[in-house]
Amino acid sequence: MDISFILIQLLNGLQYGLLLFLVASGLTLVFGIMGIINLAHGSFYMVGAYLAFSLSAMTGSLLLAVLLGVVLSVVLGIVLERLLFRHLYQRDHLYQVLLTYGLILVFEELRSIIWGDDVHGVAIPALLNFSLPLTDTLSYPVYRLAISGVCLALALGMYVLIQKTRLGMMIRAGASNREMVQSLGINIKLIYTLVFALGVALAAFAGMIAAPVSSVFPNMGAQVLIICFVVVVIGGIGSVRGALLAAILIGMADTFGKVLVPEFAGMTIYVLMALVLLWRPEGLFKRA
Amino acid sequence: MSDKDKMGIDRREFLLNGAALAGATALGMLPSGLALAQSARVRVGLMLPYTGTYAQLGVAITNGLKLAIQENGNKLGGREVEYFTVDDESDPAKAPENANKLVQRDKVDVLVGTVHSGVAMGMVKVARESGTLLIIPNAGADAATGPLCAPNIFRTSFTNWQPSYPMGKVLADRGMKNVVTMAWKYGAGEEAINGFKEGFTKAGGKIVKELWLPFPNVEFQPLLTEIASLKPDAVFVFFAGGGAAKLIKDWQAAGLKGKIPLFGSGFLTDGVLDAVGDAAEGMETTLHYADSLDIPKDKSFRLAYAKTFKLQPDVYAVQGYDAGQLLVLGAKAVNGDFGKKNEIIAAMEKAVIDSPRGKWTMSKAHNPVQDIYLRKVVGKENRYVSVAHKALADPARGCKMG
Repeated sequence: MDISFILIQLLNGLQYGLLLFLVASGLTLVFGIMGIINLAHGSFYMVGAYLAFSLSAMTGSLLLAVLLGVVLSVVLGIVLERLLFRHLYQRDHLYQVLLTYGLILVFEELRSIIWGDDVHGVAIPALLNFSLPLTDTLSYPVYRLAISGVCLALALGMYVLIQKTRLGMMIRAGASNREMVQSLGINIKLIYTLVFALGVALAAFAGMIAAPVSSVFPNMGAQVLIICFVVVVIGGIGSVRGALLAAILIGMADTFGKVLVPEFAGMTIYVLMALVLLWRPEGLFKRA
Repeated sequence: MSDKDKMGIDRREFLLNGAALAGATALGMLPSGLALAQSARVRVGLMLPYTGTYAQLGVAITNGLKLAIQENGNKLGGREVEYFTVDDESDPAKAPENANKLVQRDKVDVLVGTVHSGVAMGMVKVARESGTLLIIPNAGADAATGPLCAPNIFRTSFTNWQPSYPMGKVLADRGMKNVVTMAWKYGAGEEAINGFKEGFTKAGGKIVKELWLPFPNVEFQPLLTEIASLKPDAVFVFFAGGGAAKLIKDWQAAGLKGKIPLFGSGFLTDGVLDAVGDAAEGMETTLHYADSLDIPKDKSFRLAYAKTFKLQPDVYAVQGYDAGQLLVLGAKAVNGDFGKKNEIIAAMEKAVIDSPRGKWTMSKAHNPVQDIYLRKVVGKENRYVSVAHKALADPARGCKMG
């Protein structure tokens, strides 16, 4: 195992971690800040991937597909919040679990009706469809590096939105005391609708830009759901910074787990979670 | 619901038949209970996935099976057929309950299923306990025709060992010495890799390293990095569906395509060619079926299937079709009297199935003895190249039958 091998594996871990952050970022908002347990987060991710597949075939451009898809998923988020989630904020978490589990089944069935059960692929935009040679046998796909860049930009954007803007302040205030914020004359219902729609859009966006590397297939949402919760829990509920750090830690643990202890690769991220929770039961960063 | 209605009707029908029979025998008009057996329909229980990831496979198998019985005039041994269908949801936890529903409530004469190996093992357990005839049209778990084999359990597909084993010799014959394997760490993955390993080491090759991914993880990048630094002569993998599509694309994106050849059992490139574009072009795999086979039965089957279902058949449809053919043969031997179980089993053991994949026979453990083909991806086809292993039988380790 020479130094360049380790460096490339570090890059793999970082790159995977950033992708995980992208998928988990919507959940950080909805679960971490609004306090809703949203099991359907993976379904929104899947919807995004399928939208990218259909829309890029229709428009011939992934960029256009992503723009359209984000708009559609914001609309989806608003509709779901108005019709369903709004009624459950005051209820027990169990109701949210039931509702969102139901949504998983509904979205899977709709997916089956609309798109069928085939595996689909989405083409990588021609501009980014090449690889940088790293060693004589291995190259690195540029699209993956581009995803990493997008993830970093998004992490920064979310941090600024929540910590530095007036809207972010209202969101945080609403999260800690709904009634108080409302009695100060702030339309908390509207804010919650916006945050939820943003969460859906982030999940769908993750699905859209991950689609060219992950392929598009049934149940793809279920695969990312658990790891998203792991990211949010390790990072500390409600912390964007924590989620970013946790995602990168998990990326590293998964990568080096596969290389160093392949027999136990399935366990490494959960061992990491257990250790972090023993050390800091509230996650790496508490709610800011 | 409809289940209840069905039960009600069945019970009424049964009582009517029973009463008629009792009356008839009392009058001395009938020699035995033969009339009852002949008048009722053959009850075929289909336990397959109709929702979830494997839904399409379940549909293809059902279509294939019904096509075979349809070609026999919609009859089994001269009797009409009634299908009882259960969606197994590919959920092993529900398998025994679902199988028992068909066996005990619906009193099926034969049980057909399924795709998922875990669910199939549940069905094997029920079949062994109840003695019901079971035909497995896909699930490849080695054990079903290995340690858990039984006279009433048949399979018309493959064992996980079977399609992988011949690739070992193919690679060794090409002078490849050092090969890395990679698969999901679960039953089918391990059995497939074991098959390849056995074939390859027997032919003088060496497995440099076995790489594993937790199922159904698809983050291949760290392992591709490792493969690139190991520089083996070739890599043999077992993946299917979405994971297979992603691996093929990642392989190309990592610049490994053209430098280190990638091989696998045929599930790697079946059903994913539309999704991967040109990334799979030229890839070679081994399986018991292929596109462009020069077999007349295959041509007529493909035509009939496309005409009936407005769909192109795949390997799963073929396996379902052969399950139907096996059933037709078994029922014919006893004129539709499914009470004569031993005679049906004897007939099915001796069956020569004229399959679209080429003629095959039953091994002593009740698994197909079949040709395994080497195929190459050309455009959107897994095109036939050659026969990698003629009439290959699974070793059926641990099976005490025969």
